[in-house]
Amino acid sequence: MTPEEQDQIRARQKSRALVTGLLLGFLVILFFAITLAKIGASHSI
Amino acid sequence: MASTPIMSGLNTPAMPAHWRDFLALTKPRVMTLVVFTGLCGLLAAPGHIHPVLAFTAILCIALGAGAAATLNQWWEADIDAKMKRTANRPLPAGRMDRQSALHFGVGLSVFSVILLGMATNWFAAIVLAVSILFYVFIYTIWLKPRTAQNIVIGGAAGAFPPVIGWAAVTGDVSALPVALFLLIFFWTPPHFWALALFVKTDYAAAGIPMLPVVSGEVATRRQIWLYTAIMAVAALVPVLLRLTGLVYGVTALAGTALFAVFAFQVYRRRESDPARMAPERRLFKYSILYLFLLFGAVVVDRWVLA
Repeated sequence: MTPEEQDQIRARQKSRALVTGLLLGFLVILFFAITLAKIGASHSI
Repeated sequence: MASTPIMSGLNTPAMPAHWRDFLALTKPRVMTLVVFTGLCGLLAAPGHIHPVLAFTAILCIALGAGAAATLNQWWEADIDAKMKRTANRPLPAGRMDRQSALHFGVGLSVFSVILLGMATNWFAAIVLAVSILFYVFIYTIWLKPRTAQNIVIGGAAGAFPPVIGWAAVTGDVSALPVALFLLIFFWTPPHFWALALFVKTDYAAAGIPMLPVVSGEVATRRQIWLYTAIMAVAALVPVLLRLTGLVYGVTALAGTALFAVFAFQVYRRRESDPARMAPERRLFKYSILYLFLLFGAVVVDRWVLA
């Protein structure tokens, strides 16, 4: 594998890691919001 | 899509797939209609749902559709490679290995169903699961390579989103979501066969038994007209059963009349050169607008004017 190919692989792995991190962050916020919504709904009954 | 093909064909690529190729597998452009009809089903349903849970329900419908599209491309990678329209998709272009696509599709399916069940209710989650399984096993694997009527039965998979949206709010299914299901179900054949008329050469090259390939163009044009007539009845069912009001009634009558005019023009024509199929392209484009208009009218009727 040439150094150029290794660089390309690293760049791609980095972009995938970044997107995965952003998605996980979004899911943390979403699950927190869902929990609040569910707790609010159970209290209002 | 955006990334460079590392290897041609369907071999395992040496390079890890780009995240944009995973996104491309979910067919985000096709998802628009799915998300819109699902949202309309949710907004038309009686009862209250927390905005966060409503957002989650629509997200799950979108993820479920993306998962079904991914599994469809995983199964059809070699067929896609034979068609000009689909040859540059991540799998046939060699930018991703099939196993990654399978894992991504299955993971997304399971995640969307579980998240919908936890956020809203398990009935809606079961309907979402059925819609994914129906699209993958009944349409993609069973019907599509075997019969020219693949679109008719397979169209049911695309008709589920308003039912899921409705079920996310109410936890059940009543007459209106069933009517909306039938509308999309009978809308699908004229919509896809209009497309199949002017991309016929692609389907023929891949050996997919699309109606124009198997039965010829005249039969396809007749079937488009026949299913337009059935769709017209389905579009008026909510009016006849008084499930909707004036806005939907007027929109359905006018919109369906125009649809019928375009479909009749297609039925009467005998053009076989795809480059000269302007009326067929017009019917295809209008069919998308038609569904947006009718579903929008349902929401206006049930929500804004209530």
